[in-house]
Amino acid sequence: MEEVALIRIVAVKFLQAVPVILIISILAFLLLSLLPGDPALIIAGEQASPAAVEQVRRQLGLDRSFLEQLGIWLFNLAQGNFGSSLVLNQSVLSAVAERLPVTLSLAALSISFTIPVGVLLGSVAAYFRRTWIDSAVMTVALLGVSIPAFWIAILGVILFSVQLGWVPSSGFTPISQGVGPWFASLALPALILSLFQIGFLARMTRSAMLDVLGQDYIRTARAKGLSEWRTVGKHALRNALILIITATGILLSAAIGGSVIIEQVFALPGIGRMVVQAILARDYPLVQGTMLILGFTFVMINLIVDILYTLADPRVRHD
Amino acid sequence: MTDTGLGSLTTVHAIAAPRGYGAWRRLLRHRSFVIGSSIILLLTLAAVLAPLISPVDPSAMRVRFRFRPPSQAFWFGTDMFGRDVFTRVLYGARVSLFVGFAVCVVSGLCSAILGVIAAQFRRLDGAIMRLMDALMSFPAILLALGIAAALGPRVSSVIIALTVAYIPAGVRIVRAAALTVREMDFVQAAQVSGASSLRIVLRHILPNCLSPLLVHLTFIFAYAMLAEAALSFLGVGIQPPIASWGNIIAEGRDYATEAWWVMLFPGIAISLAALSLNLLGDALGDMLDPRLKGGE
Repeated sequence: MEEVALIRIVAVKFLQAVPVILIISILAFLLLSLLPGDPALIIAGEQASPAAVEQVRRQLGLDRSFLEQLGIWLFNLAQGNFGSSLVLNQSVLSAVAERLPVTLSLAALSISFTIPVGVLLGSVAAYFRRTWIDSAVMTVALLGVSIPAFWIAILGVILFSVQLGWVPSSGFTPISQGVGPWFASLALPALILSLFQIGFLARMTRSAMLDVLGQDYIRTARAKGLSEWRTVGKHALRNALILIITATGILLSAAIGGSVIIEQVFALPGIGRMVVQAILARDYPLVQGTMLILGFTFVMINLIVDILYTLADPRVRHD
Repeated sequence: MTDTGLGSLTTVHAIAAPRGYGAWRRLLRHRSFVIGSSIILLLTLAAVLAPLISPVDPSAMRVRFRFRPPSQAFWFGTDMFGRDVFTRVLYGARVSLFVGFAVCVVSGLCSAILGVIAAQFRRLDGAIMRLMDALMSFPAILLALGIAAALGPRVSSVIIALTVAYIPAGVRIVRAAALTVREMDFVQAAQVSGASSLRIVLRHILPNCLSPLLVHLTFIFAYAMLAEAALSFLGVGIQPPIASWGNIIAEGRDYATEAWWVMLFPGIAISLAALSLNLLGDALGDMLDPRLKGGE
């Protein structure tokens, strides 16, 4: 009975993801039509010859009708063809794949800073609520969500690279050239990227923990003489973690979104930097395709988070 | 899919706003509220009164005064064109606060309308929410980046882009609140007594969704301002010579080691503004949602 209900929920979530993927594909397609004026002219540039403009128009299929274009777009997507870059002479998929290790390393490293620190800070604040410890921790968390990352990144480069010389100020060293140099090239960007997320997670953990600490089963645990560590560390934190699972989707999204900016500051050759450069170079098919790939990825991530949440919290299943 | 919207840190419960003097007195005793609202009022005042506070033209270039460090004459120093950074930060406040406020208002209106429609007309619910899921699948800053880039570098593009990026979280909050309110006794009573559905929505459901939305929008104000700064920093947002906090930092970045003051002060201004809005949001959340009463 239980399992049937579970399978049903997972199936419903999967089915809900299908229209979302379709809508994302159409939204990404529409992005190009937001361009004011003739997209072919804009992409080719003001100085391009009429023949060059015509070539761009044909290359992008802009000479066909709107519905035809949409049909071709969706047909290509169904075959895993996300279009090609105008500037890089490369398909969007291979351009993204080439830069994925950088962005993934950055996001993974920053999340591995974020989760332990954020959960610890939030739990400590909740446990010592309304004391100076709570105020101090929450002030730090508040600064984390308020200070712009790109600004603190520039200050960080000045302090740690230019003044102290601890880490390189820019560039990326692949992990194949050694874990040490790889870590050194990413430590500062990842740390700065995690500041916002740590603040966000600490605030979220605190309120989740406060919720849990007020529950009857915590009082019961205390009443039956369990040690504080077991009560708070095991009972409370475990229940709060269920709420925190929901945050991972947001954290990943914030990490990838933030990496767009951080990669630019540290000149890391990742997906974010590629998107910004593509925008500045008016390589719209690359922007379109990359956004689409990221959108698909996050649909999948959210789906997994949702399913994990259902598995972790028996109450959800009976809703 | 994940039900936690940015900013709203717990599940939303629709609770009628406290009314009357008592509520005001409690707000005025709330430390975060007082600090947050004072700073944001001061910054707004500074932005509005910019021409009175500093009579200098924010884009007046005086090469003779290039890269002057902060002094009595130039409080925040001067930049590579000899422009007064203090004046530019004041005028930047106008743009940054305006963008934040506009995004907050427009996305708030859209969220309220779409959220109530989704809750009230169950047949449209699926379509609206799947569209929101789709928009939410893109990291907000990336979605805004794409839209702003397509619409072209203008203030209005930045506002539209950020509005679209922040609508989905608001719609989820309003919808969740409206669904809760719908089931409450007083709404059922209104239905039984023959009130039209338009009247029920306008008089009963909408007002009771406003407090969670208000809390959320305070955070959106802060996020939108930070995002505008980031877009302008990347060169996709507000373009020079119009000063915005983000593009002043971008311009000052190349000289950050020698002329640190150019990028330092606008950064402090953004941080202060975001900090005060976050404090305000926390305070409003505390006051409007009693479940959150954990501390100030």
